[in-house]
Amino acid sequence: MSTTEPLHRALGLTDSEFDDIIAVLGREPNHVELALYGVMWSEHCSYKSSRVHLKRLPSKGDHVLVGPGEGAGVIDAGDGIGVAIRIESHNHPSAIEPYQGAATGVGGILRDVFSMGARPLAVMDPLFFGELNDARQRWLVEGVVSGVSGYGNSVGVPTVGGELTFDQCYASNPLVNVLAVGALPTDRLVLGVASGVGNYAVLLGSRTGRDGIGGVSVLASAGFDGADGAESLDDAKRPSVQVGDPYEEKRLIEACLELLDNKLVVGIQDLGGAGIVCALSETAAKGGVGLDVDYTAIPLRETGMQPWEIMTSESQERMLAIITPENWEAVAALCAKWEVRATIVGHVGEPDVLPDGSTVGMLRVRKGFGGEIVAEVPASSLADEAPLYHRPLARPANLDEINADDPATEPSGDANAQLLELLICPSWVYRQYDSQLFLNTVVGPGRDGSLLRLGGPGLPESSRGIGLTTDSNPRWCALNPRVGTAYTVFEAAANLACVGAAPKALVNCLNFGNPTHPEVMWQLSESVDGMTEACLALGIPVVGGNVSLYNESGGNDIDPTPVVGLLGVVDSLTTPPPGWKWRDGDSIVLVGGRHAIGDVAFPLSGSRWATKRGRRGGQLGDVNVATVRDTLRFVTEEIATICAGHQSDITAVHDIGGGGLGVAIGEMVGTSRLGAVVSNIAGRDECFAEFPGRFVVATSDAASLLARAGAAGVPTEVIGTVGGDRYRLGDVIDLDVNVVADSRRDNLPTQLLAN
Amino acid sequence: MARIGVVVFPGSNCEYDAANAVSALGADTAFVWHSESDLSGFDGIILPGGFAHGDYLRPGALARFSPVMTAVQRFAESGGPVLGICNGFQVLTEAGLLPGALQKNRGLTFLCQPSTLIVTSTRSVLTRSATVGQRLAVPINHFSGSYTCDDTIYDELVANDQIVVRYDENPNGSRDNIAGVSNAAGNVVGLMPHPERAMSTLLGSADGRVLLGSFLGLGAESLA
Repeated sequence: MSTTEPLHRALGLTDSEFDDIIAVLGREPNHVELALYGVMWSEHCSYKSSRVHLKRLPSKGDHVLVGPGEGAGVIDAGDGIGVAIRIESHNHPSAIEPYQGAATGVGGILRDVFSMGARPLAVMDPLFFGELNDARQRWLVEGVVSGVSGYGNSVGVPTVGGELTFDQCYASNPLVNVLAVGALPTDRLVLGVASGVGNYAVLLGSRTGRDGIGGVSVLASAGFDGADGAESLDDAKRPSVQVGDPYEEKRLIEACLELLDNKLVVGIQDLGGAGIVCALSETAAKGGVGLDVDYTAIPLRETGMQPWEIMTSESQERMLAIITPENWEAVAALCAKWEVRATIVGHVGEPDVLPDGSTVGMLRVRKGFGGEIVAEVPASSLADEAPLYHRPLARPANLDEINADDPATEPSGDANAQLLELLICPSWVYRQYDSQLFLNTVVGPGRDGSLLRLGGPGLPESSRGIGLTTDSNPRWCALNPRVGTAYTVFEAAANLACVGAAPKALVNCLNFGNPTHPEVMWQLSESVDGMTEACLALGIPVVGGNVSLYNESGGNDIDPTPVVGLLGVVDSLTTPPPGWKWRDGDSIVLVGGRHAIGDVAFPLSGSRWATKRGRRGGQLGDVNVATVRDTLRFVTEEIATICAGHQSDITAVHDIGGGGLGVAIGEMVGTSRLGAVVSNIAGRDECFAEFPGRFVVATSDAASLLARAGAAGVPTEVIGTVGGDRYRLGDVIDLDVNVVADSRRDNLPTQLLAN
Repeated sequence: MARIGVVVFPGSNCEYDAANAVSALGADTAFVWHSESDLSGFDGIILPGGFAHGDYLRPGALARFSPVMTAVQRFAESGGPVLGICNGFQVLTEAGLLPGALQKNRGLTFLCQPSTLIVTSTRSVLTRSATVGQRLAVPINHFSGSYTCDDTIYDELVANDQIVVRYDENPNGSRDNIAGVSNAAGNVVGLMPHPERAMSTLLGSADGRVLLGSFLGLGAESLA
């Protein structure tokens, strides 16, 4: 930072934003006020570049209790139980300090969930790194995974799934997204609103330190400059990374849920990005009230902190509760039991009356209650009135050239070796996560979707289940962000279908590059449109999301990486759904549209196979959306029937996702250590092609399955038979079963342990 | 029916699961906060899994100073059944109620995975309804689960038949595949695997019923 640079620029505000602030206040802001605007008007907090696009997403549904804009989306899952879901990124902190970055990502999202009154019951973590032939990437993977493990296991929330993607575009800018789900009796639902003049604002949890100051503006809302990415910025930006304390968070969760159960709080809000100023201004703005805050009352963990540092620190494991004065003693006693610090830091007051008779809730930061005012701004101007940007959009100039390639021209190599390379079991990662706490996990990590019983401490009895999945496909989205994103939604629904869960709500984490690049904004806009189209086709509301921009380094943006988290419900869950293990003699049936429609029957563009060959271009195949929808519904209902305890001829099911048909069958062969002969296959392209809406189903009665599918208008073909000790796929693949299984098991640990 | 106290430290996290599991077998349960020191009225005590006081120092190292542990010691000395699961096992070794110690896993990572246990003694309250050689599918979920002890203690464990369950395949480097041990009297038992996570075939295994049913004093026939 140069000494002549104006303060507002050093805080991440543009000149025109500075002028906006002067217009709001009718005067120049002081230093403290400027710091408050700097964090609250950051891209991360205000969504100022993306909000105009996000409005297009469908968010309505009869079962939606809380839509976008609150701590978490909440749906009515039945039996008096609400399910809260939220996804967030912690990309830049994890690039700089992988353990703490990932750990605090978990902590932050859990607070979003229990701030709604929901007990956090499950976490999922989609992770994106560069290729593992680089020691730095291996260091990042180990750090991030141990951070999720160290925090999540200790805080007592199971990690039930996720995703693992390796691609060169993430080498300098890894992505660490975290999804959390919680559940609550629907009558305990609370929103972060301050109301009731005279009420207290109480800060719960950790003391405030200098960790994470400017995290949202310095870290999350700017790219990495150097060609070597994070490395060159380690020292400069590490103080902006927060440090996590899962034991503090665990006690904070229990204390907050007990406060809510005992009806001791009026409103509650988490402290995340932008710290206490964010929580205070949002609760005051929603309640339309004023808040007087004594910054000297805030417990500190170090001396000499300035008011602006105290107000914007992102120290972890803190919550803000609004309580009535008469409940203070009970709140203090309950918090003491859980060894959670509770401090009155603010008073709710009347809004100011303006000359025109309208009212505005002012946030006043004082030195002592009733003391000197060090900042005085309308709360809503911080929380809701950041500028909205209609940034320019431009289709990337080189996209035509990229789309003109056709990976099908790639010469055939050793298809057996190519397939083995694509078989990667992520168990090295997920066995480090407690995936079973709360005795709900029917299907845990490592399968298509995860499936949990809908239960937990304090919830009404239910025999329902919830399905969960996170999905993304940057390879598809790089070729066509609109279609690629729509296909990603279909893929997520296919994963839920495999565990019998009908999709009910979607959350998204939109990881994109620098929004000042028109190509990035075009990708974002297209992606939102594709998500909208797919959600409308499947009838899924979007109940929340997160946008992570500035994922770039050295001027290179990551490939567009919209991650979707999908929540589904199984109405009756008494029996585990079939998995990937099939039985000797089963028929192997391909369910769904076998070919892409249009010119190319088996598109290799955007496939993992083509990417491995360095062929990153081409065009995505077209699919018949009605057929995809009918196929998803058919498989969902077939599997839900099994979950409800009914007999079925279906013995195994797997959706055809990344890697294509060859990989899907390879995973079933490897899991079962039982071979397959697939004779009805068009050759290499069908083995590796990727497009949505297809499943591999093993059945003991193919005629019956084909008849049921036919009645539902869903295409099917018998393609092979289970048995033997070889995996044969036409004249493309011929492998020993144990080679398939061992290679799949060992691929990831072998690469991670390479020196 | 048995009344079981489930001890809760601020960082415990398996207390609900443990209580639900023994409730499903017919027990009455109550949580016992770690600052309490009265265990009268209980027929058995469970120390559940979790991270008792955060365990940043060493699992269970602080928990043994919680007031409830003095009461647990008295309860054990009077012959009351005490079961430590995972972190509860770590706490019992730190408190000196069970011999040996639990070190970090051989591979230096947390491990949550299925495991097969082999019952090697039926002298304990945890295994009295099982049979020697019985194989039970019970998952593990720990970072510090590698059982260790010196040769003197080991010889005593063997001589007194205190090695209660062993792993079929050693996941963590435990000495002699030890997954759980009892005190000499057999009324205090600790094990790293989580029997409360193996109560239903819907969740993968119901073999934990044998162990927890045994702890409640139920005969093998009622657990079939």
